[in-house]
Amino acid sequence: MELLNPSYEETKINQRPADRLLELRGKTVGIISNGKENTAPFFEYLSQILEDKYGVQKVVQRIKSNYSAPAEDELMAEIVGWDAVLSGVGD
Amino acid sequence: MEVVSSRLDVSDFCAAQEIYHANGWTDGLPIIPPTKALVEDCLNWAMLSSEHVVGIEPVRERAITAEKLAINSVMAGCLPMHFPLVVTAMTAMLHKDFLLHGATASTGGSAVLLIVNGPIRRELGMTTEFNVLGNSDRASATVGRSIRLALINLLNVRPGEIDRSTLGHPGKFSYCLAEDEENSCWESLAFERLGDSNVSAVTAMAAMAPRQVMNEWTTDPREICETFSAEIRSNQLNYSIWPGNYVLIIPPQLRAHFETAKWTKSDIKECVFERARVLRGEWANVGKGSVVKDRADREYPALNEPDDLMIVAAGGPAGGFAAIIPPWLGSKSRASTAAVGACVDCEVL
Repeated sequence: MELLNPSYEETKINQRPADRLLELRGKTVGIISNGKENTAPFFEYLSQILEDKYGVQKVVQRIKSNYSAPAEDELMAEIVGWDAVLSGVGD
Repeated sequence: MEVVSSRLDVSDFCAAQEIYHANGWTDGLPIIPPTKALVEDCLNWAMLSSEHVVGIEPVRERAITAEKLAINSVMAGCLPMHFPLVVTAMTAMLHKDFLLHGATASTGGSAVLLIVNGPIRRELGMTTEFNVLGNSDRASATVGRSIRLALINLLNVRPGEIDRSTLGHPGKFSYCLAEDEENSCWESLAFERLGDSNVSAVTAMAAMAPRQVMNEWTTDPREICETFSAEIRSNQLNYSIWPGNYVLIIPPQLRAHFETAKWTKSDIKECVFERARVLRGEWANVGKGSVVKDRADREYPALNEPDDLMIVAAGGPAGGFAAIIPPWLGSKSRASTAAVGACVDCEVL
């Protein structure tokens, strides 16, 4: 018998991965936190490593207003000015 | 009608079970093999084209098409006449305030509760009395299951993939009931939310498991409401303190006491709104003293407003029981109601 595939099947892809950075020195790196309590010390420590060990010029830390929802439009607009973004789930 | 999904050649019914299970396309239970003819029957019944976009999941920007929804509905055991409810449920779930991605991905482990109102309940033979939160009838079972299979197959909401539930609950197989409008003197949930008692509608909520309560030792509406409120307070302290939509299922025996006293749904909502609230300091009584901090006297209502409580008349005739169904996590996800036949551009409340 002939059956149909029940899963999502993408018909066209209009996106491509962002260009990879060759180094972090002198770059601006953004960190988007979901705002859960333990992300604060973790991302603070990560920021220090990025600056002290990898020469990142500036680390921008931002917190989403709702940890279960996508980042706000204003935040997505701000990302355009960054060279790299770290966004992860902390629980 | 042209269907566009890719095809599989399968030797027989048993082989279909093994292939669909091996591909991660099931919930662990057997499925009805989705042939082109069965899927077309669903689409024709709902008068939808295969590529009709029911909605777009906003986080992953995935279009949910009628064809893919129909395939999953057939697999779940739906007849064509059940399919419009599945489309309506998904329409409600794709409203941005429902926060579908968060609700289905969270460690909190909620399921999608569907509450059906209007003439379609009886057209589909949905039962509203015995075992209404269990295996009550064919339409409830298969419509609820369709939503779970659609989440699994269209949005990868599989355990360990998008679904990060620590525990989950049995409602993830199917979690659908219809309101007992005929045997209640109250306005239906759909009337409260859409303002029309003739419309068929589905209300979707990201919901935890039901918490059954019992009070057969009073006829006083205030005392019965106190039992409801105590269970909600327990949920606030032991699970989540944040306010949101709660569902309250009231079967006939307890409903009779309210109706005798001429209490409406609004009266119950007001009473529970006043009583279902806790002080942060009470966390210390349930082993959570470390998070009380300096805010012990801060009060937390379970409901932001009385209408956050969604009262549903349903359940078997005997027994002084009721059920509280808490929200996934406060008001991060809001209950969403859509009318059967509503399109993606129609207003969803």
